[in-house]
Amino acid sequence: MNLNYTTEELAFRDEVRAFLDEKLPADIAAKVKGFRRLSKEDHQRWQKILSEQGWYATHWPEEYGGVNWTPVQKHIWDEESSRYGAPRSVPFGVNMVAPVIIKFGTEEQKQRYLPRILSGEDWWCQGYSEPGAGSDLASLKTRAVRDGDHYIVNGQKTWTTLGQHANMIFCLVRTNTEVKAQEGISFLLIDMDTPGITVRPIITLDGEHEVNEVFFEDVKVPVENLVGEEDKGWTYAKYLLTYERTGLAGIGISKAALQHLKELATRRIKNGRPLIEDASFSQRIARVEIDLMAAGISNLRIIASVEGGGMPGAESSMLKVRGTEIRQTINDLARRALGPYAIPFVEEEMDLDYDGDFLSDENAAPVTPQYFNNRKLSIFGGSNEIQKNIVSKMILGL
Amino acid sequence: MDFRLNEEQQMLQDTVARLVRGEYSFEKRLEYSESELGFSADFWKQLGELGLTAVPFPEELGGFGGSGVEVQSVMTELGRGLCIEPYLQSVVLGGGLISQAGSSELQEQWIGGIASGEVRAAVGLQEPQSFYNLNDVETRAEKTGDGYTLNGRKAVVIGGHCADVLVVSARTSGDSRDADGISLFLVSPDAEGLERRTYPTIDGSKGCDLFLNNVKLGLDALLGEEGKAAEIIEYQTGRAISALCGEAVGAMEVACDLTLEYLKQRKQFGVPIGKFQVLQHRMVDMMSELEQARSMAILAASVADEPQSDERRRILAAAKNVIGRSGQFISEQGIQSHGGIGMTREYNFAHYAKRLVMINHQLGDDDFHLEQYAELLQ
Repeated sequence: MNLNYTTEELAFRDEVRAFLDEKLPADIAAKVKGFRRLSKEDHQRWQKILSEQGWYATHWPEEYGGVNWTPVQKHIWDEESSRYGAPRSVPFGVNMVAPVIIKFGTEEQKQRYLPRILSGEDWWCQGYSEPGAGSDLASLKTRAVRDGDHYIVNGQKTWTTLGQHANMIFCLVRTNTEVKAQEGISFLLIDMDTPGITVRPIITLDGEHEVNEVFFEDVKVPVENLVGEEDKGWTYAKYLLTYERTGLAGIGISKAALQHLKELATRRIKNGRPLIEDASFSQRIARVEIDLMAAGISNLRIIASVEGGGMPGAESSMLKVRGTEIRQTINDLARRALGPYAIPFVEEEMDLDYDGDFLSDENAAPVTPQYFNNRKLSIFGGSNEIQKNIVSKMILGL
Repeated sequence: MDFRLNEEQQMLQDTVARLVRGEYSFEKRLEYSESELGFSADFWKQLGELGLTAVPFPEELGGFGGSGVEVQSVMTELGRGLCIEPYLQSVVLGGGLISQAGSSELQEQWIGGIASGEVRAAVGLQEPQSFYNLNDVETRAEKTGDGYTLNGRKAVVIGGHCADVLVVSARTSGDSRDADGISLFLVSPDAEGLERRTYPTIDGSKGCDLFLNNVKLGLDALLGEEGKAAEIIEYQTGRAISALCGEAVGAMEVACDLTLEYLKQRKQFGVPIGKFQVLQHRMVDMMSELEQARSMAILAASVADEPQSDERRRILAAAKNVIGRSGQFISEQGIQSHGGIGMTREYNFAHYAKRLVMINHQLGDDDFHLEQYAELLQ
């Protein structure tokens, strides 16, 4: 039993800290820490800095330009970069489609796409969900019909995160309607500039444009853009989802959000005292901090168990549920900390350049929108109910 | 980072597991529980013979030099077996208080016996009005020419009915909730003026309240420095919290196993009830609580024997808060998943449920430790 980092791991942590101290742009960190929305340019600027450092592709083998960190090193990176307010990499290219291409793609696909992901030339989005296929993903209906050297794609994808910035989309499409739902799905890489693709924004309840609908009308996709074999896409999709689930617990982000909450609760006043000294509020904070402490150790236990190689299994589903509930609770408490000032929706104060008077607190404006926005956490990446189904089947054998 | 037990720790845990498997069938436990002693003298003897009661003591006092991890390994298996022997009271708390506070004479007098299991200690730290605040001590110890005279009442002393020695806190100075002025005394169960009201506990064990009426003790009954016991009590209850976390995790493991097994075997509407999603998700929630508790138990063990600090206080308060909540959750949801059979005395699940809920009433419940933690928020 040893809960400490090794000397090498501690040295790595120092290296990470030195890098973040030196290279993380202050304006970007301020946005992240204050729950403010990042622009495409912010993401790209940080992505470029990471690429130059060789630290962008943390899940890739070194031969493709990855950094090949150990699970513990990845964890240290997550913790430190969250603490410093570094943006999380938009995962669709680097952490989702890339591992699939590396494992199942052709040599040409690797040569073509991986360098463009590393350089930031391509921005990928994910074409999984459809209006009629959410948690029941395998019921998807977007059709791809082979026509000579092309597939002709027709259908609709939805909840496409940051699709408005993307030039590439990876899609699950139905190539066979004669077989069981899971067995007729293929994995296609599609250029968003292809004629017949329309992206339409979905404005979420917090007023943000983060997700989109993507429509496909007779879209011609070259057959060389098929990953792996036709009709075997479900296997690749599930492989990708294991990558998606790891890190969804967001322990590092929750720690940073908790710090933000405590600072907010120190500035807010109730009964003439800082809110953080209020008995019931401090106990609410204490409770979520304790839960986060336990989830943090559970996370480390998973990391330590895969340190020798391999992917975490269904236990990361359990942690996804726990971790997202914790983040939502922290967001809930931040909103409560504002009292009546949770109500005003002051968009101009969300802008980092805002130089007017603040209605209540300098960090107040994004808090309530963030609370509403993060209701998504228990829905995406496989809803928490789906995660429980996975645990029930894979671990409990029910 | 490595969360596994090392080879020796694993061997220790396996030893306890084997012993418990051999000696602690559900039926035998009921017999032990209903006996006058309230547990198995024979099992206790075996714990001693195998050196398990010696685990936490320094080698020079006849111990094994084990840390929080070793103690937790023992307690986890005792928890799995729902064992009712007073290991926590005698070995961890009684022995811990005497080891830390006692003069070398007192250590030599008592620790060897406690470590071998031949002597059983019990601790009287709480009082009817103290709730879980162990600094709330109204029992008075008046200094007389040749010793002390104790008056007061100590509440819910588990194992106190059959202890060879009682470690009791009493106030030698200060107001009733001051940390300063609390002292520890070693009291013989035969002392004149000491009365015990003994009762069974709802989770199958036995305890008593101690009534001290002009109990006269010699100067040598004082354990440690006069008036300075609060820190020692806090430190040792911290070690006991870690141990109790081990017991709780062991009991929760079995409670979850029993429930899962039942979901697979019990049929209603023509299918095993584990096919119903509402029960599947409840089971996942129970497992998730168990894993949170296990994580906190590991963390608690890692600080149990470290020097006192706010970090240690925070971790132990957090751990006790988590196991309190998860233990109650698993008990309640497990009974619900079992339906009527979970309500019966003849089925072992109910006994795990009772023990898990009562663990929350030992050494401070989840509300108490949440308050403690909140006071240490940074």
